Amino acid sequence: MLRLYALVAAGGFRRHATYRVATVAGVFTNTVFGFIVAYTYIALWDQRPHLGGYDQAQALTYVWLGQGMMATVAMMGGGFEEELIERVRSGDIATDLYRPADLQLWWLAGDLGRAAFHLLVRGTLPMLLGALAFDLALPDNPFVWIAFVVAVVLGVVVSFAVRYLVALSSFWLLDGAGVTQIAALVTMFFSGMLLPLNVFPGALGELAKVLPWSALLQIPADVLLGKHTGWGLVGAYAFQLGWAAVLLTAGRLLQSAATTKVVVQGG
Amino acid sequence: MGEGRVSEGRVLGGIRVYGLIVSMWMRSTMAYRASFAMTAFGNFAANAFDFVAILLMFSHIDALGGYSLPEIAFLYGTSSISFGLADLALGSMDRLGRRIRDGTLDTLLVRPAPVLAQVAADRFALRRLGRVTQGALVLGYAVVALDIAWTPLKVLLMPVMLLSGGVIFSAVFVAGAAFQFWAQDASEVQNSFTYGGATLLEYPPTVFAKDLVRGVTFVVPLAFVNWLPALYVLGRPYPLDVPRWLAFAAPLVAVVCMGLAGIVWRAGLRSYRSTGS
Repeated sequence: MLRLYALVAAGGFRRHATYRVATVAGVFTNTVFGFIVAYTYIALWDQRPHLGGYDQAQALTYVWLGQGMMATVAMMGGGFEEELIERVRSGDIATDLYRPADLQLWWLAGDLGRAAFHLLVRGTLPMLLGALAFDLALPDNPFVWIAFVVAVVLGVVVSFAVRYLVALSSFWLLDGAGVTQIAALVTMFFSGMLLPLNVFPGALGELAKVLPWSALLQIPADVLLGKHTGWGLVGAYAFQLGWAAVLLTAGRLLQSAATTKVVVQGG
Repeated sequence: MGEGRVSEGRVLGGIRVYGLIVSMWMRSTMAYRASFAMTAFGNFAANAFDFVAILLMFSHIDALGGYSLPEIAFLYGTSSISFGLADLALGSMDRLGRRIRDGTLDTLLVRPAPVLAQVAADRFALRRLGRVTQGALVLGYAVVALDIAWTPLKVLLMPVMLLSGGVIFSAVFVAGAAFQFWAQDASEVQNSFTYGGATLLEYPPTVFAKDLVRGVTFVVPLAFVNWLPALYVLGRPYPLDVPRWLAFAAPLVAVVCMGLAGIVWRAGLRSYRSTGS
């Protein structure tokens, strides 16, 4: 059974690897936005050095990391969910339910494959270009990089779990465009993509840090910037795992409710 | 559009076709009213979050790049409205790449109506008014909060700036779509000039490196969307050594951009070979 999901993941990787022009175009866009945001952060950190506990080099690293991770954690969507929503709309989902594989794990495996491709290509290239143009604070310790990759994988799982819930909601709403869009906006804001969460003031900052979206960018970024070490790192992983477990379980419950609905409608 | 003298009838015909397809899509959108309300709100909120991020920045600082919050709101509002107008009129054009790939562009080619009008109106999305509305609210705040020394010239410049800006962004949309005739899968490149340009213009030019400011002034003239006219209204100097009257050149720049975009569009359409399937 594990072999099946590995194959599905490899399929997800290969499928995204075939979109070569789109990938180059995506890297170009991430780089353009990286430059724009980097200059605004420089202006901000010029006024307030050490804002949010970052120095300027760390803040700039955060910018380029955000651009690199955007596709990996599918912040604006664009992962499996459009396809799943389309299958719900067309009714093809009925055949999926008869497959001898678990629906949720099937889509998760494919999404992990997709994320791996994006991390390798859209994660590294903008980061390299950013490092050429700006002074970044990248760690030399290989263990920090390994810890970072683990945090990214957990971030992808949390992101998947949220998008799975969003996609399943189309069973009830028929047209998933509205929910997908609002989910993308909330993700952009509460993941720390628009501004690091530790720059958010007061209660908003406290709230943002405990919501699941902080697992997508803020936590992996802080792991790479060396803010979580030792037990702190364990705590950060536990936070990501906790949300992953809660949201995946919610996805299972919603899935069985949705399946019953398919039967009721007669396919 | 760009080639010599275009007969008036053709342009008017194009506009009529555009209007017909637009009204058809508006009716079909209204079939899913709940979804329309949500996506319109989403469109409104998409931009609002960008402004919230600026507000959060200003919870720590008093000025960014030497500009106060109301001044940045002024830039933000003008950029958003101009971009929003272009996005409303032509925002569906990034679907052209998909149409080329799956061969459905051919259906548009055989119809007796201008292809540009058909592509532009395809999947017209009224929800995009959300962005214009949000930009207008922020601009309204800026105008109230700022103490602008209004002159008749400045008052006149406001609508000229917003409309010319919309036309300049529209030209970028058309040129970007034409680019997809060659690079069929690269709609994201277009995004970096449209969404990226709109984001850039939300911040004052003093924030950016001089070369970047030169690039968007002289190469891709996005600076004429709002930077040059807006800094005139705000009574601020432009960071490059350019004559002050350039603030009023926006309509001219817009017309030239549209003409160039039209030429690129024709060249792209002529180079189009169907998928052959």
